[in-house]
Amino acid sequence: MNNEKGTSSFKIKAGLAQMLKGGVIMDVVNAEQAVIAEKAGAVAVMALERVPADIRADGGVARMSDPGMIKEIIASVSIPVMAKARIGHFVEAQILEALGVDYIDESEVLTPADEYYHIDKHAFDVPFVCGCRNLGEALRRIGEGAAMIRTKGEAGTGDVVQAVYHARTVLGDIRRLQGMPDAELMTYAKNIGAPYALVKEVRDNGRLPVVNFAAGGIATPADAALMMQLGVDGIFVGSGIFKSGNPAERAVAIVKAATHYNNPAILAEISEGLGEAMVGINVSSLPESERLETRGW
Amino acid sequence: MKIGVLALQGAFAEHIVMLQALGVETAEVRLPDQLADLDGLIIPGGESTTIGKLAVMYNFMEPLRAFAAEKGMWGTCAGMIFMAKEIGTVGTGRDQPLLGIMDIVVERNAFGRQVDSFEADLIVDGFDAPFPAVFIRAPKLVEAKGDARVIVRLEDGTAVAAQQGRWLVTSFHPELTGDGRFHEYFLKMVEDTGE
Repeated sequence: MNNEKGTSSFKIKAGLAQMLKGGVIMDVVNAEQAVIAEKAGAVAVMALERVPADIRADGGVARMSDPGMIKEIIASVSIPVMAKARIGHFVEAQILEALGVDYIDESEVLTPADEYYHIDKHAFDVPFVCGCRNLGEALRRIGEGAAMIRTKGEAGTGDVVQAVYHARTVLGDIRRLQGMPDAELMTYAKNIGAPYALVKEVRDNGRLPVVNFAAGGIATPADAALMMQLGVDGIFVGSGIFKSGNPAERAVAIVKAATHYNNPAILAEISEGLGEAMVGINVSSLPESERLETRGW
Repeated sequence: MKIGVLALQGAFAEHIVMLQALGVETAEVRLPDQLADLDGLIIPGGESTTIGKLAVMYNFMEPLRAFAAEKGMWGTCAGMIFMAKEIGTVGTGRDQPLLGIMDIVVERNAFGRQVDSFEADLIVDGFDAPFPAVFIRAPKLVEAKGDARVIVRLEDGTAVAAQQGRWLVTSFHPELTGDGRFHEYFLKMVEDTGE
């Protein structure tokens, strides 16, 4: 048994994320919402002060949430609790680890603290999840120690189009890489800016070495099932649940959709009578400067 | 032989890969009628509250109990919690549905939030070399009662696997290590049940 600080192996960190597969992780802003999420069958909650839709509306600098509020959420549920740190803000990450969160999301939803470097995630015992838009970005984050990946999508919009684009890009990159001979791997690794060893591992195994969830714009059970059918391992729902007309019912429906994603009859049944979905913003109407997905390098 | 893996949520794909490597026919089980032609069932690791809630929503509880009354069943981690008759009160786990199949008492989050994930080499009776085990937010196997008996312990005496006839529970994850010996052990149990 090896539990001393700094010895949490990558196998354990990645294994933690493997237990979330086929599940839904929900953004919550208080203990009451966390309990609703747990009752609905969420596999984890993301504790944050404002959901991405509100961060987008409020503008200004978005930072790590108040530790008091995170502690309250940890105390209110038995499922794992995640919290967000700014890209590159390793002290926010240290604080979150000290609070005992189960995962840290180094997230583009918050305002980046470093425009060149992400957090050295190997230096932590707590596992990290990071966003990506393509295979190169995914493997850079895994190289830095991320034990879980999520495609970025475009958070706080309720528009699934970017989530689809990013998932198709990552999974398509992997499919193309599988047919690549050894001689081409180094140049490919250089071109996508990814560590050679990880590129080779993905080529050999036909999958990322860590769990890959979809995020950013998922608002309905059909959206969740779409992402699962495309081949992701699970779903993050941010603003989509608690910005909708009937959060408790929608939460249950999205949880069921992540399990029965291949069964249209069940999807039809659970999509019925959910009330208003979140209003949503068309990603195509967003100016480049307001797109969160471009944060991270 | 056909072995099902309950695929409501969790690490079911990893079990399927291990079983297929051993040449067994497999099935992902998402609805109760998919239990019909199976010889054994694995309940995987995952989030036990989520698996329990989905099992209740899709009317799995009685069919799973009926299945266990005749066939082999193995719960890993969350699956161990789900198969237990009793859940202790030290950890959390409110309104968590239990199948109540095995005469064991388990405790959730009992190792403590920061230390409930670790690796250990297990000495197992009948295995010629130690088994590399990964514990992920592991529940504690507090007690085995009646016919249930502890079959593996950590060096410090903590129980980590138990068997009761054709039922098996492990608080660790043999599906994550690429070592198929526990899967072989379970297949042998299922075979013996069929005879």
